[in-house]
Amino acid sequence: MFQSQKKVISNQYPTWKYLLLVLVTVLGTLYALPNLYGDDPAVQVSPAKSVQLTQQDEQQVQQALKSAGIQIKSAKFEQGKILIRLTNESDQLKAKSIIKQLLDRKAVVALNLAPATPEWLQAIGAKPMYLGLDLRGGVHFLMDVDMDAAIAKHYLRYVDDIKTSLREVRARYLKVVYENQQLEIVFKDKTNFEKGLKAIEQKYKADFIVQPQPDAQLPMVVLKLSKKAIKEAKTYALKQNITTLRNRINELGVAEPVIQQQGERRIVVELPGVQDTARAKEILGATATLEFRLVEEKGDPYRAEKTGYAPHGAKLYHFRDGRPILLKRDIIVSGDNVVNAQSGIDTRSGTPEVSVTLDSAGGRKMNETTKRNIGNRMAVVYIENHLIKVNKDGKEVKKRVTTKDVINAAVIRGQFSNRFQITGLDSPQEAQDLALLLRAGSLAAPMEIVEERTIGPSLGADNIRQGFMSVVVGFLLVLVIMAWRYKVFGMIANLALVLNLVLIVAILSLLQATLTMPGIAGIVLTVGMAVDANVLIFERIREEMRVGSIQQAIHAGYEKAFITIADANITTLLAAIVLFSFGTGPIKGFAVTLSIGIITSMFTAIVGTRAIVNWLYGNKPVEKLPI
Amino acid sequence: MEQQKMINFMGQRKIASIISTILVIGSLFGLFVKGLNLGIDFTGGTIIELNYDRPADVDKIRTVLQKTGFDSATVQNFGSAEDVLIRIAPQEGMNSAQISNKVLDALRAETQGKIDVRRVEFVGPQVGEELTQDGALAVIYALIGILIYVALRFEFRFAVGSVAALVHDVIITLGVFSWFQIQFDLTVLAAILAVIGYSLNDTIVVFDRVRENFRTLREGSPVEVTNIAVNQMLSRTIMTSLTTLVVLLALFFLGGEIIHGFALALIVGIVVGTYSSTYIASAIALALGVSKADLMKPEKTGPSAEEAEAELQRAFLEAEARREARLAEKASKS
Repeated sequence: MFQSQKKVISNQYPTWKYLLLVLVTVLGTLYALPNLYGDDPAVQVSPAKSVQLTQQDEQQVQQALKSAGIQIKSAKFEQGKILIRLTNESDQLKAKSIIKQLLDRKAVVALNLAPATPEWLQAIGAKPMYLGLDLRGGVHFLMDVDMDAAIAKHYLRYVDDIKTSLREVRARYLKVVYENQQLEIVFKDKTNFEKGLKAIEQKYKADFIVQPQPDAQLPMVVLKLSKKAIKEAKTYALKQNITTLRNRINELGVAEPVIQQQGERRIVVELPGVQDTARAKEILGATATLEFRLVEEKGDPYRAEKTGYAPHGAKLYHFRDGRPILLKRDIIVSGDNVVNAQSGIDTRSGTPEVSVTLDSAGGRKMNETTKRNIGNRMAVVYIENHLIKVNKDGKEVKKRVTTKDVINAAVIRGQFSNRFQITGLDSPQEAQDLALLLRAGSLAAPMEIVEERTIGPSLGADNIRQGFMSVVVGFLLVLVIMAWRYKVFGMIANLALVLNLVLIVAILSLLQATLTMPGIAGIVLTVGMAVDANVLIFERIREEMRVGSIQQAIHAGYEKAFITIADANITTLLAAIVLFSFGTGPIKGFAVTLSIGIITSMFTAIVGTRAIVNWLYGNKPVEKLPI
Repeated sequence: MEQQKMINFMGQRKIASIISTILVIGSLFGLFVKGLNLGIDFTGGTIIELNYDRPADVDKIRTVLQKTGFDSATVQNFGSAEDVLIRIAPQEGMNSAQISNKVLDALRAETQGKIDVRRVEFVGPQVGEELTQDGALAVIYALIGILIYVALRFEFRFAVGSVAALVHDVIITLGVFSWFQIQFDLTVLAAILAVIGYSLNDTIVVFDRVRENFRTLREGSPVEVTNIAVNQMLSRTIMTSLTTLVVLLALFFLGGEIIHGFALALIVGIVVGTYSSTYIASAIALALGVSKADLMKPEKTGPSAEEAEAELQRAFLEAEARREARLAEKASKS
């Protein structure tokens, strides 16, 4: 594209090159245009889980807003979501609370900035650039998933299953435990061991490496997950956590959240526009879940606490105030089975409560259990994970601690299946939080925030303003210098520079690559460096003018400078690519704008200026070049 | 307007190499003794930027934080009297949410008026370690990639010269950051990589001309030929450095505090890079004994390319002659 294909020396461009240039200019301008229109403050209403919004809802919302005296710029119902554009930001806040009241739990209401791109531009797919968090304000989290815990959990999932299969073949086992990062199945004697080994090998060979140890003190079988199974367990944990995070974030009401996997064990969460970061962190970081267990009524919990031994099939737990209680080892239902949970006030006692709805499997199990245990008590165990540091051999070691609190133990009054209430909560806030966590499902593995970047909205706005200012000022200065040094040719280079800037913006908009503050720095740097190609060409033309005719000088200037330009730009591109592949977040933004800038500047500085130079001076009797 | 002036750059290469050696040793000394003032991107920790609605009392903030248990916290104004930047080293047993909440609660309780949170950044120590490693790897891979490209495109000795110049630029830029203890964060690392790209750009342009001169100039020692090339490229080098510096100065003064380090690294890098591509890169290539023969041989297409060029030149002149004849004809007709 950069070299004329016909090897005829002539300072004239074929028509198609001019057409190409015009086409690129027009397309570039069109796709860069949406950035000039700015944003409308808007409220986005999306349906809550398992709810669908209708046209009717939209009309209701519009009416409610109108009667509250809020001016609606436009309202749109699209892909099950309602987007309402407003004229100013105070209306936006008011509208949000009105809609929230109106639709209540049916919908997630979020503040948003909707691009005010005109219809005809939207029709050709033109969108404004996607601004990064440092420009629009918001929170960026990097969460690290505890993979050891995920794998442990994966092992534990097999324990019940293995016990059942051993019972089926009547192989008597002493214990099936997860220890030393493997499953150990210990048998009473060799004959049971043989029977058990056969059953295990038959059933679990696909997932486990089976290591029989008949000559141990007690014969046992050791099961280790295969590499493939471990990888699957990790992928599962990551996926499950991403899904859970997505649910939780939906509850927060964020317009355009980004939840992405990064590497093998990390999840990136970006919440544009979120201002109450403390609450966001609480919701995201919480790793609480619930278990429903029957209370072991035989046995004395106080004695168990003193001796440290719980009766067979039971385990010692504590209430939040420290009272001990014995619970049965078998879990009836866990947080995974919860479909919905809502906080409210118990009409009889006036205390906060949470109404829970289970899925069908959970409901069936609950039904079976409650049928047999009317009059017995059922406890709700609240499990929470957090990190603490402990002193181990004089070294600080991070340790994950799991607290299991019994928050409630109530008598089962009647048989129930998938709908019931939890009472005995301290405050309405606690009921709300518990309901939220229950709804959001549980995490496959605990995770912690290892990186956080919060940009307040005021800083975001400042960054945009300052970034824009520096681009404009830098740009104008370069224009002046070029015009001063190269006269008319300098002006031609300036045209190319303007086109270059337009093209960078257009490509960034088209790719919807994230524009960050370092990205803007990349654009500024490109502006400074983009003139290099023209400087090289013009200096060469000046040089050649001393030895040859003007037409020859123009030709030679462009041809000879081309190789130099290509070499120089390819090496810079190399550095940019390295930056892109190693960098994270903001650095990537810098690398992207730098790379795009290098490529577009090659086009505008060589093809663009040559076209104008040829058009003005090519093959014309020019006495002196204004260079 | 131009009188061909020749500055004997290569004649001064001994002095230049002494200056460079001093600068590099000074920078390395600074790096070893004072080290870099690494930002939380690499060390881990928490940064909180606050905006007060009146000039902030930095000393009071410090005492409040000490009372709250953040003994290691550093507090400083950030850009203006109302803006404050608080830096907290990684805290035992506390995550980012707890730290920033605790700091804010303590400050809000002790201050009248409004405090606006501008930004909070928290990087876990583990992530910091990874970023340091990735950053170092990025620089090394960039250098290796460039070494290979230049060796393929030019000649091995040129590659050594250009990479030496790059290492020189990077070390001196790092030295400046170390001596003045300017915060070194991820964006500065990006700037260093951009410096590598830019400085190389400069070096390549000069080498390109050296290569061309070796082919076209019939006489002259390698030193003379190189010197001519540097002089031919001088106005271009100055112009490009000037335009780039101008935009960077705009970025430095108008881009806000966050981008300061980035702009500064590039400004230093470009000044040093311009100098090194003039003095260091070529001087090293010369010291390694680059000669005419080296550049003629590996270029297999050399002679044929020259022939083609001569052919083109001839065709061009013919076309021009024809055109002039036509014009003359037209002129005589009218």
